[in-house]
Amino acid sequence: MKELTYTVAAREALDEEMARDPRIFVMGEGIGKRGGNFNTTLGLYEKYGPTRLCDTPISERGFVGLAVGAAMSGSIPVIDFMMVDFILDAMGEIINQMAKMQYMSSGRLRMPMVLRGCIGIGGAAATHHSGSYYSIFSNIPGLRVIVPTTPADVKGMFRTALRGNDPVIMLEHKNLLSNKGPVPDGDYTTPFGQARIARAGKHVTAVGVALTVQKCLQAADQLAKQGIEVEVIDPRSTSPLDIATILQSVKKTGRLMIVDDAFEPCGFGAEVSAQVGTHGFDDLDAPIRRLSGAFAPTPYSPPLENEIVPSVERIAAALGELVKE
Amino acid sequence: MEKDTGLLLYRNMLLIRMSEERLAQSRQAGLVYGACHTYVGEEAVATGVCAHLTQADMVFSTHRGHGHALAKGVSPFEVMAELYGRETGCSQGRGGSMHLFKPEVGLMGTSGIVGPCILQAAGAGYTFKLLGKPNVAVAFFGDGASNNGAFHEGINLAAIYKLPVLFVCENNLYATEVPSAYASGNPDIYQRAIGYGIPGVKVDGNDAWAMFLAAGEAVRRARAGEGPTLIEAKTYRTRAHSEGMRDVGYRTQEEVEAWKARDPIKLLRDRLMGEHVADEDDIDRIHNEVGALVLDDHNHAASSPMPKGQDALRHVYFEGA
Repeated sequence: MKELTYTVAAREALDEEMARDPRIFVMGEGIGKRGGNFNTTLGLYEKYGPTRLCDTPISERGFVGLAVGAAMSGSIPVIDFMMVDFILDAMGEIINQMAKMQYMSSGRLRMPMVLRGCIGIGGAAATHHSGSYYSIFSNIPGLRVIVPTTPADVKGMFRTALRGNDPVIMLEHKNLLSNKGPVPDGDYTTPFGQARIARAGKHVTAVGVALTVQKCLQAADQLAKQGIEVEVIDPRSTSPLDIATILQSVKKTGRLMIVDDAFEPCGFGAEVSAQVGTHGFDDLDAPIRRLSGAFAPTPYSPPLENEIVPSVERIAAALGELVKE
Repeated sequence: MEKDTGLLLYRNMLLIRMSEERLAQSRQAGLVYGACHTYVGEEAVATGVCAHLTQADMVFSTHRGHGHALAKGVSPFEVMAELYGRETGCSQGRGGSMHLFKPEVGLMGTSGIVGPCILQAAGAGYTFKLLGKPNVAVAFFGDGASNNGAFHEGINLAAIYKLPVLFVCENNLYATEVPSAYASGNPDIYQRAIGYGIPGVKVDGNDAWAMFLAAGEAVRRARAGEGPTLIEAKTYRTRAHSEGMRDVGYRTQEEVEAWKARDPIKLLRDRLMGEHVADEDDIDRIHNEVGALVLDDHNHAASSPMPKGQDALRHVYFEGA
């Protein structure tokens, strides 16, 4: 076990898998010699050269479509988007091609590829560098959508993605990148579709996504002082979604709040609510609550930005209220 | 003209033509459930290009893809069975006219979306470069796709990475029913190659031998590591955009008849006979062989089993080797 930052843990996974499998290559803007805007590929160009660490023009649709063709023909492409907002220029290639290719080809083509980039509101990044798109992608059959929260998980899940045969969208919250945490030694993988109980508790269940898992943990610390024990669940992937772990927790606590940065309508929280409402109705002692990002683009100025995203204080207050209901 | 090659081109064009005419009949008879975009009039393009390809070379195609599939070696049976919605179709009934897949012979898919095949062919070229394979990838697309962003981004990427790719634009003068001359600042699409620093070649797309020669040079360049080529084949679709669609209001009957007079199969036949490369017997033999094959494949396809409903949810994700 060693302590690594989120970024270094992810880079270790990429480095080790690239050493193991010559079919893996990385494409993106500034990911070659420069090593990535967020140091995602720092040092790898020197090891693997320009064909495997391939700088691109600003052609998001172009290189995603190229990567689709590369996966279809036997490579394992990793697209590094920096900010995942840039992915939107490639939505047709992702939804119509990448996600549907295995189906259209009756399973005769495999689609091992990873699209990764930063999500999340914070740091006055404004509205073209702050999006969280897991709800949109989780609505699409054929995609795997992962949102690792810890350094250990990002390493293990990135490895799973690179060893799999399905297209994976790996969303990394930018405020998690410099977090340090223990990372197991050796060749471990972390499966998709298995939630992690980040903190055990018995009064209320809080399900977060990416950074809001951390915020829920901080809120749980505050509430613990008042004798309220919050169970915090990190789903780790939104597609596939491990609803069983959430249902089990609700059976114990009787109360559920979903906390995320993204928009409420037709979103991740709505999906969890619907499934728990259907399968766990008898276990609920209070209505399910959601605390999500405001239904608005992301503003720049800190007082505006702070207003639209769930804060630790707001999460703690809402959980406290829910326990009293 | 070399006899074996000339007759092979003739046979493969005829195979596409007779298969398409059978599919058009089948659609009228109710055997085709969805769209049916025929390649009639454009056969020389796919035939001339694919004559240079091995099964390990890869073709990425568009919505008008029956001809590309057949030229790449998918059997008429598998194409027809697919349009008839059968389990034995090349996509096991998941695709129909617009989603033909047979990666086993390098037919990497036709598509209901105009443009992505350009990018995917560049991607296969990238795989060949990465893994050091001697293969080439081909994108077939129409004049319509040349005004889509995928054309610009895909060809530029292939140019900067020097990928072994042929970009074959079948300029049949209409994007569905919108004239290319109206939709393009410069309707000579091959000239756009200058903007990407690669060769652009204009070819008479109804001349199978000219297509064969132009594609031969582009494939040679690609295999030699000299990078991609843009080929613009000037051609024409003589049937409606899709079978059963109203085919008036955007082109004149005179124009259609003028192109029919330059039918690629007739042109090659005249040349084979005129230059005494082949005789009447050679031509008759091919017509008999192809006619029997297409009829047989149609009968076989039409009597093939339908897929089972419960298989609709298979292959959304990888299911294991």
